[in-house]
Order: sequence, then C-alpha cells, then structure tokens
Amino acid sequence: MPFEALVAGCLAYVALLFGVAFAADRAAQRGHVRWLDHPAVYTLSLSVYCSAWTFYGAVGYASRSGLEFATIYIGPTIVFTGAWWGLRRLVRVARMHHVTSIADLISARFGKSNPLAALITLIAVIAATPYIALQLQSVSLSFEVFATQSPNAPKIGGGTALWVAAGLALFAILFGTRNLDADERHHGVVTAIALEAVVKLVAFLALGVFVVWGLADGPGDIVSRISSAAADPSREGWILRPDRWTALNIVSAAAVLTLPRMFQVMVVEAADEERLHVAGWAFPAYLFAMSLFVLPIAVVGAEILPADANPDLYMLTLPQASGQNFLALLVFLGGFSAATSMVVVSAIALATMISNHWLTPLWLFLRRRPAGDDPEDLRGFVLNARRLAIVAVAGAGWVYHQASGGATALAAMGLVAFTGMAQVLPAMLGGLLWRGANRMGAYAGVGIGFALWLALIFLPSIGVGSALSPGPEVDPLTFAIFLSLACNTLAFISLSIFGFPDPVERLQGLSFVNTVQPFSHSRQTRADDRAEPLLAMARRVWGADAALHYFRSRAAAQGKSGYLPDLTPGFLTGLERRLAGSVGAATAHAMIERVAGGMSLTVSDLMEVADEAQRAKEEAQRLETASAELERIARQLREANDKLTALSVQKDAFLGQISHELRTPMTSVRAFSEILSTPDLSDAERMRFAGIIHNEAERLTRLLDDLLDLSVLESGNAQIAVSGANLHDLISRALSATSAIRPERIFTIDRDIPSEHQGVITDSDRLLQVLINVIGNARKYCDAERPELKIRVDRRKKNGPQIDISDNGSGIDIARQSLIFEKFARLNEPSRAGGAGLGLAICREIMTALGGDISYLPGQGGAAFRITLPKRPPAMARTNKS
Amino acid sequence: MPERPLFLERASFRRRRLGDAARVLPVLAAIAMLLPVWWLPKAFSFATGMLALFGFWAVLILSVRLLHRALIRADAAALAETAVLGDAPGTDDATVRNDRDAL
Repeated sequence: MPFEALVAGCLAYVALLFGVAFAADRAAQRGHVRWLDHPAVYTLSLSVYCSAWTFYGAVGYASRSGLEFATIYIGPTIVFTGAWWGLRRLVRVARMHHVTSIADLISARFGKSNPLAALITLIAVIAATPYIALQLQSVSLSFEVFATQSPNAPKIGGGTALWVAAGLALFAILFGTRNLDADERHHGVVTAIALEAVVKLVAFLALGVFVVWGLADGPGDIVSRISSAAADPSREGWILRPDRWTALNIVSAAAVLTLPRMFQVMVVEAADEERLHVAGWAFPAYLFAMSLFVLPIAVVGAEILPADANPDLYMLTLPQASGQNFLALLVFLGGFSAATSMVVVSAIALATMISNHWLTPLWLFLRRRPAGDDPEDLRGFVLNARRLAIVAVAGAGWVYHQASGGATALAAMGLVAFTGMAQVLPAMLGGLLWRGANRMGAYAGVGIGFALWLALIFLPSIGVGSALSPGPEVDPLTFAIFLSLACNTLAFISLSIFGFPDPVERLQGLSFVNTVQPFSHSRQTRADDRAEPLLAMARRVWGADAALHYFRSRAAAQGKSGYLPDLTPGFLTGLERRLAGSVGAATAHAMIERVAGGMSLTVSDLMEVADEAQRAKEEAQRLETASAELERIARQLREANDKLTALSVQKDAFLGQISHELRTPMTSVRAFSEILSTPDLSDAERMRFAGIIHNEAERLTRLLDDLLDLSVLESGNAQIAVSGANLHDLISRALSATSAIRPERIFTIDRDIPSEHQGVITDSDRLLQVLINVIGNARKYCDAERPELKIRVDRRKKNGPQIDISDNGSGIDIARQSLIFEKFARLNEPSRAGGAGLGLAICREIMTALGGDISYLPGQGGAAFRITLPKRPPAMARTNKS
Repeated sequence: MPERPLFLERASFRRRRLGDAARVLPVLAAIAMLLPVWWLPKAFSFATGMLALFGFWAVLILSVRLLHRALIRADAAALAETAVLGDAPGTDDATVRNDRDAL
C-alpha cells in the first residue's frame, strides 16, 4: 500500500472526526441533544478506556504473558456489573455537586480542600505523561510499519509524533475549551470518540475474523494451536500467577474508576445515571469483543511472522504480510482512533484539573484584591489556562516520547499509569461510603500511596532505582501494588479514625455518603449589598449573559424583580455549586467566601442544620400526635353521642312507662273507690277493695319515694348519717331482708365469714339499702336452676373494704352493661316487671354520696357487682375539717 | 410526614430484592474470576482457561443485561404501585431513600 494513500486516508479520517465533532457541537447548541444523549453514544465513549496500549499492546502482552492480558478488561467488567448500585450513585453524587474531575470529587468530599485536589492532579499528571507518550509512540510506530514497506516514503523520525501531538492538542482545544459551562459537557468530543470507538471495534473484529477463519481453520484450529502452546517451553510466561492475576484485576478495576479520562467520560460527561442501565452490560460486552481475538492473533502471529517481529505490532504486520492492505489500513485507523481518543480526553481531563486546581487558585492568590473589585475576565483566564494546559500535557507527552526514545521502556507505562491512579481509590471509595472518612486520612493515604508508587513502580519504570521484591519468587509489581495499596488504605483509615473533621467537611461527607442535596448551611453575610459583587464575580466566570440570566432566574424564584436576589443561604449554596461546575469546588468555595465574606462555618452551624432537620421532624411528630389525639377525642365524642341517644330513647320510653306505672294504680284506686261508693257492698268486699286501694296507693308512694330519693341523691343534698358498723352484720341483715323475695327459690349462699368481720365507718342504713338492692336483684333475676349467691369481702389496705356479690345466672349482656346504672334502665324490658328500674341508679347515687363506687363486674359467670367503700366517707372528712 | 413503612407492597419488595441481586452480582463475578486461577493456575492458563474465561464472561454480560431489564421493569411497577396507592409520587429519589430500611 502506498504511503501517500495511507497519509491521505489518515487525513481524511481526521477531517471526518473534526467534522463530526463540529456538527455535534452545533447540534448541541441548538438544543438537539436527543441522539447525542443516547445511551449508545455514552457506552461507546467509555471505550476511551481501550487506548492504543490495549489496542496494539494487548496482542503483545498476550504473546508474552498469555491470558494475563485479560485482567485489563476483567477488572472493569466486574466494576460495571455493579453499575446499578455503585456507578449510578457515583454519577448522581458527582452531578449533584457539579464535579469536574476526579480530583474535584475528592476535594469536594473532603471539605473543598484545594491542596488535596492539587496533590491528586500531580499524581494524575505524572502517571499520564508517559502514557500519553506511549500513544504518540504507537502512532509513529504504526506509521513506520507502513513507511518501511514503501520505498519512496519519507524518513520517519520524531516528526510524526510531533504532528500528531499538535493535531490532538488543536482538537482538544477546539472542542474541549469552547465553553465554561457549569455542567462541563463536551458533545463534540464525546461524539467523535463514539465514532472512533466504532472504528476501533470494527477494525479489531475484522482482523480477528480474518485471522481465525482466513489464516487459521476456524475456532477449533485456534483452540488446538493454543493447547499445543502449553507444551512449548518458550510459552512458560503464559502460566498465570494467582497473586499477579488478582493484583492486576484490582488495579484495572480501580483504574476504570479513577483514570482522569475514564472519570471524564463516565461521570462528567454523563447527563444522568440512567445511561448506566445500558452501559452496565454494553461496556463489558465491548470489552469482551475487544479481547475475544487477542489470543488467536497472538498465536497465529507468532507462527506466521518471523521470530524477530515485534508482537506489539502483530495487529499491523499480520494483514500486511498476508497482502490485506485494506484490512491493514482499517487496523491502522483503529489504532489511530484508540491513541487519539485517549490523548484528547486525557488532555481535556488533565487540563481541567490543572487549570482548576493549580492555575486558577494560584492566579487568585497572586491577584488578591479587595473583594469584588476585580475587573479581570476570569472566564477568559480559565479558558486560556485550560488551553495552555492542554498544550502542556500534549507537549509533555511528546517530550517524554523523544527523551525516552526506546520502545521497551514505554511498554509497561500503561500499567504504571493504572497503578498510580489506583492510589486515589481508597480515598474515593472511603469518601463515598464512609461518613467518618476525613481529610487528614485522605492526605495520608493518597500521600503514602503516591510516594510508594513513585519509589517502587514509577521510578524503576524509567530506569531510576530498581524494583523491590522480598524474594525471587515474589513478583515485584504485585508486591509493589499490594504494599502501596495496603499502606495507603491503612493510613487513610487510621487517620480518619483518630482525626476530627471540620464542619464543612462533615456537611460534605453527609451529602456524599447519603446522596442527599448539599445543605444550604446558614451563612452569615455581611450585608445585603453584596449581591452585586457576586454578580460581577459570576460574570467573570460565566460571561455577562449567562450570569445575568442565572441571577435573574434566582431573583424571580425568590419573588423579586430585577437581577439581584437576596443572599439567602440557599442562593449562596446554589451559586457556589454552579461555580464549582466551572472552576472546581475548592476555588468556588474560596471565591464566594471572599466576596460574600464572613461565612466560615462552625460546629454550631452544623448543629443548627441538624436542629432544623430535627425541628422539622419534631413538628411532623407533633402533628401526628395531634391528629391521633383528635381521632381519640372524636371516638370518645361518638361514644358519648351513642350513649346520649340511647338515654334519650330511654327517657322517652320512661315518660310513657312512668305514665303507665302511675296510671295503673291510679286507675285501680279510682275504679275501686267508685265501687266503694256503691251502697250494696258486703263488709268483706269493702275490706278487700279498701285493701287493694291501700296497696295501690303504697305502690304509688313507693314509686314516688324512689323518685324523690333519687332526685335528692342526685342533687347532692342527701343526708349522710355516719356511724360504725360491722360489715358481717350488714350483709346478714340484707340477706334476711331479701329472703322474702321469690321465697320459692332456694339460694345457696357462699360467704367467707372471717373476712366479713370488719368495721366500716359509713352511713350503714344507706349501705344496707344498696346491699339489699343488689342481693334482691340477684334473687329476682338469677335464672340458674340451682341458684347460688357468692359474697366476698376484700380488705384493702389503703381503702375501705370491697364487696363482690355475684350469682350464677346468665348475667347481663354486654350491650346493656353500660346502661344498668342509668335511671329506668329496666323500663326498656317490660317482661321483667317488679320495680321502677330505679334501684341500681339509686345504688350508684348512694355509693357516690358515700365516697365509694358500685360497678358491674363482667365475666364472673353470672351477674356480679362490686361495691367499694372508702376508708372514711367524704361527709365525715368534711366534718373533721370544719 | 408518614413514617417509613416497615413492610412493602409486592412490587416494591420485588424491586428491593432485585437490588440485592445487583449488589451480590459483582462480588460473585469477582470470586468466579479470581478463584480458578488460585486453584489451578496451570490448567487455567491455556485453551481450557480461555474457553472457561470467555464463556463465563459472556454469561456474566447476559445476566447483567437481564438483571438490569428486570430492575427497570420492577422500578416502573413499583412506581405504578405507589401511584395507585395514592402515596407520595415516588418519582424522586427521596421516596426510594425513605423506605430504604423497609423489607
């Protein structure tokens, strides 16, 4: 294939990428983001993980170490199987805080500490520079492969790498630093990367299919070739080492979370966490496809190509050796895509970190002026700082590439970068999952991990010092990984345990770990005229239009007209978070603090936040209690109403009944007195009729006595004649007085004589009346075949005695139990005649007057009443007092 | 503010259990990827290992896909259920968080 065609194809491809990025940016500006936000675009953009190191290097890695190459893909696969609960949460928290990079995430979590972010930026830059150099080298090497085959090709030197670096920096600057939006998304870059991901995948699969079915005889043949490699002594390196396997899986799993470019595409460029539903399985599927043919290509390449061929370039030399020029071009474009996408995204991510955590704080520090008076355009400065940083990152990669020069030193650089960024993982995971993690712990963990990584992995990789290993049988890399991560985690945890975080940090910890909106903590503003300087500051960061728009919308939300909202805590917190989206949390915090002033958060403010939450909770609790109380009262009212209704019915019935009760004897009296007035009556008849009249009059008198008695008792004017008496005598008298009621029934009386002998101080006549009434009722109404009456007296220590009188009849049904003490209760039941139904009502009034009580005892196997007496009647207490 | 429910409706319960499955899956995947190499590093290094590795990998991808689909459906069902019950509209995360402790 002519070299010129290659260069032309390459340039056309680059032009296509620029065009796609430009079109996507234009579409996004017009608001056509629907297809740009498609989960497939997001998933493909994640493939920036597969850099040239994995595209070309995986085959080389597999040639040397067999299946171990797969660890680079298996770690991320395992991480993504946890996408639903892990990554979704990470994305949600990051978007909530407008996080711009991995360093920003950790600094925001640990109290918006800029030095911590600066340290992580340092690690990222040191780890990424050789890695970027590796990408440049892979591009220039692949050019060389074609150049050496073409006789009239120009001599390839460092020039290719320089051109590539310059082109990529230009691309990153054009599409990566166009705006300084709060959400930091770059549609153009992401879309171009998604396109490159497709090219990568198609190229790799095409070559794989060609190798398996074109060069070999299908999968069976490949399997047998790999099996025969087991016997080959030169393949001894293929035997997996469990410790190394585990360590590399851990490191690659960590890297997919912490590499700046991965964080950029996975978290910063994500519109929301929904796209992880697809990416959760689609990204592992992409990795699966990218690694499926690695081992076949390595095996077939080793057999077909000469022994001295570089395994890292089998991908290109295999199709070339087979005369498949178009396939070779496709693979070349795939590798080119892998390298360029990695460099572009890394450059953007690193430039964001450098400008937000190094340059802007430095600039703000150097240009310290009276708050709010800076006329400078900070937005311009930040964008320029990023452009400069992109050039610096790409340039550093090129310089490193030129300085190192050798291929061997660069081969391991991928793993070096992975292990470097993995040192950030404990602080990141701890910060997201553990509220107790604090800044000192993060400093110590990241610092120690960084130092150990520098000494044990990074410096040996560039030929300074040598790798450390406790023994010849222990793999130095595995040892270094385990040692650095273990010390890192240990330091992080122990300093977190013994440290005490400041209030800002504790608030942020709460917000990050519990995935709740950041609190609008109560800040003390100096005066209300600070809104204007804040607007001026926001204008410097976002530009005039965006800042005015934001301020006006916030003012409108507060119900104010104009551009200056009140400096409420909510507004300040919201403003700070939006600014954080442009310049990082730490810088935004410092800027707001400087302009709005006097806002240092104290532990008492924290307590206030907690108090507010507590108050809200208590208020809710109070309302709930109040409503329960209301419900209870309503229930009581309902019961009272039911009772009143029943009583009213009773009273109506009473009026009818009492008229009847009064009229019956009256009628007899009238009738018999008329008969008496007739002259022809015998003496015997006259006596009989007079007797009837007498009896009826007595009945009337009794009824009227009862009514009178009751009304006297109810009015509280009852005369109480207190005297001492023996309870036993009273009960005996009551029994004998009632023995005349239904004398045909023989009652078994069950008494406990010894306990009855007890003196009581009360109105003994009244008490006797009560006893007679209750026992008489039992005699009247007990319907048992062998009626029994049981009387028990209980001496109570603090109060007077308690008398339980029960029979073995059918008792009183529940519906009527609450009514029996009401007046005329019996009247509802005409079948049970014999009294006016006032007896129990009178009993209750008497007992109340005596200071005691009478109540119905349910569940005693019959009707049962309990009469309780006080130690002394109230009348006596009153007399004693006066 | 209603108390956090102690027990859940059927759909929410199903969603919660699928969420548990999503938590267990990465742990199982990690164990399944690491253990064979510790036990039989030599047997796992060549063709057998490759077939086993890629076979398991494919199964893993498929199960994540099925699980995520089930989770999305369960989410929708749980939302519909809370809407039917006339509870607070469960669209926001707060609702999901509020009943986190319930079973």
